[in-house]
Amino acid sequence: MDVQRKLEILADAAKYDASCASSGTEKRDSRDGKGLGSTEGMGICHSYAPDGRCISLLKILLTNACNYDCLYCVNRATSNVPRARFTVDEVVKLTLDFYRRNYIEGLFLSSGIIRSADYTMEQVVSVARKLREEHHFRGYIHLKTIPEADDALITEAGKYADRLSINIEVPEEASLAKLAPEKDVRAIRRTMGRLRLKLDEAREGRKLTPKGNTAPKFAPAGQSTQMIVGADSASDQTILNTSANLYGSYRLKRVYYSAFSPIPDASRALPLSAPPLLREHRLYQADWLMRFYGFDVGEIVDETAGMLSLDLDPKLAWALRHRDRFPLDVNRASREDLLRVPGFGTKAVDRIIATRRITSIRAADLAKLHIPRNKALPFIVLSDHRPSPHVLDSAGLAERFKPKATQLGFGF
Amino acid sequence: MHIKLDGETDFDGWRKAARTLVLSEVKPAEVSWSVRGDEPGLFEPPDEAPPPAAPSGTFNVPAKFVDLAKTTILHHDPERFALLYRLLWRLPGHHDLLDVATDADVAQIAMMAKAVRRDEHKMHAFVRFREIGREPNSHYVAWFEPEHHIVELAAPFFARRFADMAWSILTPEACAHWDGRAVSITPGVPKAEAPTEDRLEETWRRYYASIFNPARLKAKAMQKEMPKKYWRNLPEASLIRPLIEGAERLTGAMIANAASLPHKAQKRPKSAKPRQPSSASGDIATLREEAADCRACPLWEDATQTVFGEGPKQAPLMLVGEQPGDKEDLAGKPFVGPAGQMLDRALKQAGIARNKIYVTNAVKHFKFVPRGKIRLHQKPNTSEIRACRPWYERELASIKPELVVAMGATAAQSVFGKIMPINQNRGRLIDLDDGTKALITVHPSYLLRLPDAGAKALEYQRFVDDLKIAADILRQSPRAA
Repeated sequence: MDVQRKLEILADAAKYDASCASSGTEKRDSRDGKGLGSTEGMGICHSYAPDGRCISLLKILLTNACNYDCLYCVNRATSNVPRARFTVDEVVKLTLDFYRRNYIEGLFLSSGIIRSADYTMEQVVSVARKLREEHHFRGYIHLKTIPEADDALITEAGKYADRLSINIEVPEEASLAKLAPEKDVRAIRRTMGRLRLKLDEAREGRKLTPKGNTAPKFAPAGQSTQMIVGADSASDQTILNTSANLYGSYRLKRVYYSAFSPIPDASRALPLSAPPLLREHRLYQADWLMRFYGFDVGEIVDETAGMLSLDLDPKLAWALRHRDRFPLDVNRASREDLLRVPGFGTKAVDRIIATRRITSIRAADLAKLHIPRNKALPFIVLSDHRPSPHVLDSAGLAERFKPKATQLGFGF
Repeated sequence: MHIKLDGETDFDGWRKAARTLVLSEVKPAEVSWSVRGDEPGLFEPPDEAPPPAAPSGTFNVPAKFVDLAKTTILHHDPERFALLYRLLWRLPGHHDLLDVATDADVAQIAMMAKAVRRDEHKMHAFVRFREIGREPNSHYVAWFEPEHHIVELAAPFFARRFADMAWSILTPEACAHWDGRAVSITPGVPKAEAPTEDRLEETWRRYYASIFNPARLKAKAMQKEMPKKYWRNLPEASLIRPLIEGAERLTGAMIANAASLPHKAQKRPKSAKPRQPSSASGDIATLREEAADCRACPLWEDATQTVFGEGPKQAPLMLVGEQPGDKEDLAGKPFVGPAGQMLDRALKQAGIARNKIYVTNAVKHFKFVPRGKIRLHQKPNTSEIRACRPWYERELASIKPELVVAMGATAAQSVFGKIMPINQNRGRLIDLDDGTKALITVHPSYLLRLPDAGAKALEYQRFVDDLKIAADILRQSPRAA
């Protein structure tokens, strides 16, 4: 089988992993003339596929042969998809060839589980080792970590990789047992815990010896995970609780939500329908509220429903449930309160705070602050605007925000 | 007054002229700007030198303005010079002006600067090198059409990244070259001078087609980040239309086609054997294995793992704490976090070797609530202590220590089976029902929480004194050797 055909099979096998970030790592370059590549902190998306997802890294599996039989996975042992396996050298060459042409920021390598966790992890690590040690590759490397792999292999993976990830797959242990009987959520969590200890240790070391750099390097862009949405019956509240737990426990950089998508030769045990993309989008918005807007995991989802509204973004839905906290005087309110106004993003709030020290903010200014008027006006007081009292009390307020057409992009 | 600048990116020329104009009090409305060598327009004003050297003097502008102007000057809008001058003119009387995001000039210039930075970022992303010749003597050449005057701005990025390659980026307005030592800029060239293909492009297109998931078609989201104007220079863009057209068909087929029969029988492993909490007390290794799956209370669910006791099988001394903390939960070992370090210090001072004693907790899962990036410790309640007590009892029965030290209220509750106030009972040996001796003291994390340094030192000494009682027993123990 030629490399092009292998690439087709092993990219197809990797595309259900949503993670693509190439950001958040240390700064490196190759000006010493010894190697190739650079990372500058901010990642770069070199292309976009028609699914709207960015193509930043060469995202492939080393092999899609797998001992495991996870029902949601295109590569499960009992699926009839064609199988292929790259050699270590083929992946190294492909990465360098693509990188030199500026197609990619680096490599995201994962693998089906073959033979054992340690054998698989060793294969994955040897690609990274070769890129870094032999070719002095300074681009971005993201490696999938195999739970239960030997500690020495994980340490080595962290030495070469910018980011490591282990997918939690589904939010609840019971459904993982059903969908992925060979996977063990406890082993996944233990390995995430091991990663965090090593990440903490490397960070502490950098703090102590910022210049001498004696501390062992370990995945400077941290760890992330992915949860599949819609393959089981977990509610949005359950999903977000799991995320909050994972962010707190293992300091994940990101939890990726991936709408369960029909796959070729899918298992009959799963919902074969269009992926719940809007739900996935709402979960990302809710995740943002937890991480950047000061919302607690318990207040985002309407308790009685357990699910996020598909029609309204989660912050707007929250504001409509807490109308007693509005209208808010934009020229006086605290940063924390401003972050809770529908349509106010973190940047807009920063600009408001800088601006209002000098001059007061009027309704006409909203456009310059890139704030959607219709969404924000019922909830705010400005120097020349005050919503009429019955707007906030009216039962029809929620209806005003329900969409006429499908929304794209992050609407807050 | 009309000012002619040397080029589209002549920031220094603009700065010199603008400074002189401000000092000579030339109002923005009285100045027009153009670039030398522009096609002479119909109403092109005559070439005019800047006003004679202005009265000596200087004025300060915020550093932020210089950065903003350097970026904005690269915008393609011919009005940018005048706009920047108007903003500069207003700055001396209004030093905070740049913070007023709602000011029309500030907002417009911020938008222009953002457009320039975005164009630079897109150039970093969408340049596609084509190889001429073969390694190691190859030359990588790209054709790109930026929207703004950003070739010089964007070139250093490629030098940092592709330092070991000879490369050129050709554009209609300017070209950047790297020879392994320095970036050089030459005039623009027509597209015909750029190579038209590369041996890797077919491989890249296959990758692009394979990484696309037709079930999640979102062409608008793609176009927002990769607008059509870039498509003509992206080798993969020729696939966009056919991929979109085929997507619905492919997805429909995936949904309609039921799974084929598995090509091989897959042996499903039996689900984890149900572990009955057996009453037989085994050795510590067996107990630990059994406890790993404990679900006697709900705490297992949010925690990483059961943190079981650790130490020699025949330890004469058993130390009991409250529950594992953040670090212990991650490492799967008791007392390895900050409280563990405090304990180690105190043990050493009391003359007790930690590797000679058995250390465990009353509750073996970490109880917490997540708060952003941290986990806030929660005190275990009585039912959780009770649910976990069988593990402590079995550890006790297996180790059979001569002395149990209960550190803190939770441990005391577990060791004595009832609430035991610490201050009334600490520091003296108490006989347990089975004849084992017990000693109560504080939990080391209590010492960590004391805010007052004096109180902390005092309490730490009391803790060490309590441990010294244990050390005495340890010394007399035949098992200690």
